[in-house]
Amino acid sequence: MRYLKFLVPLGIFLGLVLFLGAGLKLDPREVPSPLIGKPAPAFALTRMDNPEQTIRREDMLGKVWMLNVWASWCVACREEHPLVVEFSRLKLLPIYGLNYKDTRVEGMKWVSRFGNPYDASLFDQDGRVGIDFGVYGVPETFIMDRQGVIRYKHIGPLTPDVLRSTIEPLVRQLNG
Amino acid sequence: MVKIFLSISLTFFVLLGQAKEAPLAAKNPELEARMMRITSELRCLVCQNQTIADSHADLAVDLRNQVLEQLQKGQSDKQIVDYMTARYGDFVLYRPPVNEKTAILWFGPGLLLLISLGILFVVLRRRSRMAPEAFDPDEPEVQVPDGLSH
Repeated sequence: MRYLKFLVPLGIFLGLVLFLGAGLKLDPREVPSPLIGKPAPAFALTRMDNPEQTIRREDMLGKVWMLNVWASWCVACREEHPLVVEFSRLKLLPIYGLNYKDTRVEGMKWVSRFGNPYDASLFDQDGRVGIDFGVYGVPETFIMDRQGVIRYKHIGPLTPDVLRSTIEPLVRQLNG
Repeated sequence: MVKIFLSISLTFFVLLGQAKEAPLAAKNPELEARMMRITSELRCLVCQNQTIADSHADLAVDLRNQVLEQLQKGQSDKQIVDYMTARYGDFVLYRPPVNEKTAILWFGPGLLLLISLGILFVVLRRRSRMAPEAFDPDEPEVQVPDGLSH
């Protein structure tokens, strides 16, 4: 009974430590997307390099593909870009860009200057498709499976670790 | 260093420019009021402690325009809120729904209050049964053995 007096505050303290410790590990910037496991939203956008050619959601069915949201005005995209270029050399899957709230001229300049890892960049001038994908901080990266379902979303610049330990195994599994 | 500073400040200029290029196309003050009411219940994902109604972030301006557009199409408030949660999750709601995930959020404080009231009640009752001498500050708790006194 005497020990209880000391054990109760200690117990409460340990409980608080666990609770706050878990809270520290959570990043409020990383909002879990409700879109994961759901079909990718419908879109029909022209290519950034060719306003005549439209790419639709249906065109992408049947292959595992990556959508990388970027913009020429986005500083973090520039940071991330060499990694995407390097990743595209592995030819693991088609990589499409979503040129978000940008202009064709600036976008074209950007890829010719920093390298173009994309099979094509979709031109989303008013950011409508970005909103449908739940984009709120460029860059963002999505992985879609053969059925057009969103399987993974990464918010912010990709890191070598994320590419190697999350995206590569996922793509192999989806293609396997 | 100068380059970085320049590019950062230019980015802000671009953002400012875009925010001004997208004025709210509300000609109907009633719709605008409804739009403000809905967006003041929604969290802006770019600056997370602001509502979409308050925020000047580019995305918030776009989303206000989206809400307005949908109101003009005659969508109900609930349809619009569903549109937002389908894209950004329950996180955008300043009033999260009651479900198993948010139960601790909704009922945790009440539960803690009940537990502490219970503890208070037990302690007070135990004390009320104690003899009055137990509260006498002059009474030494430990009796000093006879041989050691003086």
